Amino acid sequence: MIAIYTLWLREIKKYLRSKTRIIGSLGQPILFLVALGFGLGPVFQKAGEGNYIQFLVPGIISMSILFTAVFSGISVIWDRQFGFLKETLVAPVSRWEIMLGRTLGGATVAFLQGIIVFGLSFFAGFKLSNFSMLALAFVFMFLIALLFTAIGLAIASLLEDMQGFQLIMNFMVMPTFFLSGALFPMNNLPTGIDIIVKLNPLAYGVDGLRGCLGGAINFGFTTDLGVLTISVILLIGMGGYLFSKIQI
Amino acid sequence: MNNIIEVKNLVKKYNDFTAVDNLSFEVEQGSIFAFLGPNGAGKTTTIKMLTTLTDPTSGSILINGFDPTKQEDQARKSFGIVFQDPSLDEELTAYENLDMHGMLYKIKFSERKGRIAQLLNFVELWDRRNELVKNFSGGMKRRLEIARGFMHHPKILFLDEPTIGLDPQTRNHIWNYLKKMNENEGTTVFLTTHYLEEAEKVSDKIAVIDHGKIIAQGKAEDLKNQTNTASLEDAFLVLTGNVLRDEKPDASQKLRGHQAKIIKTKK
Repeated sequence: MIAIYTLWLREIKKYLRSKTRIIGSLGQPILFLVALGFGLGPVFQKAGEGNYIQFLVPGIISMSILFTAVFSGISVIWDRQFGFLKETLVAPVSRWEIMLGRTLGGATVAFLQGIIVFGLSFFAGFKLSNFSMLALAFVFMFLIALLFTAIGLAIASLLEDMQGFQLIMNFMVMPTFFLSGALFPMNNLPTGIDIIVKLNPLAYGVDGLRGCLGGAINFGFTTDLGVLTISVILLIGMGGYLFSKIQI
Repeated sequence: MNNIIEVKNLVKKYNDFTAVDNLSFEVEQGSIFAFLGPNGAGKTTTIKMLTTLTDPTSGSILINGFDPTKQEDQARKSFGIVFQDPSLDEELTAYENLDMHGMLYKIKFSERKGRIAQLLNFVELWDRRNELVKNFSGGMKRRLEIARGFMHHPKILFLDEPTIGLDPQTRNHIWNYLKKMNENEGTTVFLTTHYLEEAEKVSDKIAVIDHGKIIAQGKAEDLKNQTNTASLEDAFLVLTGNVLRDEKPDASQKLRGHQAKIIKTKK
């Protein structure tokens, strides 16, 4: 347990210390929120879908969690050759503890990043009507964070260096984001896109979060929570397995 | 004297390539053991197997009486290690690096505090304890890693080329630290180095490894007598020949190469 706590604490300390990283990673969500939110807002309104900022904010929160989470999972590659990973691998703790500590740490960081974006969205005109669902919203945010940190870590366990990073960003992270319903409503989609969205675990996170924050829900809370929880368990299992196979 | 490390018929194969070929040796408790060999001889691979980072293809290892492939945690508690590449967390302070190490080894808070103070004073870094490691010089990082290696009172300290790239002053200090800890705490020291004069000065016993096999072992004197040479360096060259060794790059070198490429294309 203390090993999990130690590695969790390490991620938090490093996050709180790197002000540039915090501010830097806020640029993209703010840009999306302002450019898309205000740019597409009138069209969205005319189409009879209501206020686009209200619709978009859960998607942008999910986006910033997704990016931060995948990145902190993947940063194990850096650790692997430039430092700290070897130090943890020779310590008298199991690989599972190391993996869980890092996943929880990375997920907490991604969650905090999501909270900051959430806070900023009020400046863009976002309004929260129902405070009673806030706790459940945080649950969804943390589940998204856990899921994608574990995915990042699983990928990092398979890669030897950062050369594959662009590949992962462009062929996994970006499609996951764009095809999650973060930017557009999930009803009445063409069949092909509809199938992809339904296979995308982030779609359930976005949907659940949107439901909690006052928007229309598509799949229902039970389905959203169920799919996310099962995905988290599966991916932590897979990440842990791959991580335990790392040989240096 | 008992042997703290016993290695029998150790083999490590990567596909067709045999990195370690039927290696057998013992290290006496409380001694300083130098493991010498040209690049690519199999030194680092052997250390990885001794320290649970890689599984052997065949053969047996006992570390402080424990089998690192089966009794991983007991074996891990028995040794400390200073890797060839730095393995500190640069975003944390010197103190925090040692503290995290202590937590991972489940050392109690009060004991940790005392041990960190003792070791940071020992390697002359106590005044810099609250600075981030990324601001440290190469020599300071090395000293900190040595302090970290001793944190949990290991029976054995492994050091893979601990003085590479350091100035003579720092190298001297580092050898002094190791000798003192070897005397004061009875820690067995297992090291690899290319500075043969220094190896001769500090070590009790030397093993020369090449192409994954031990080709000579004994005291420095024995090796010199055996080869009819005046210095350990000459003895080493007689034993291992004059041919240059070209290693395949490992992942970290590949990573550095990639970085270098990025920097180049940016220019």
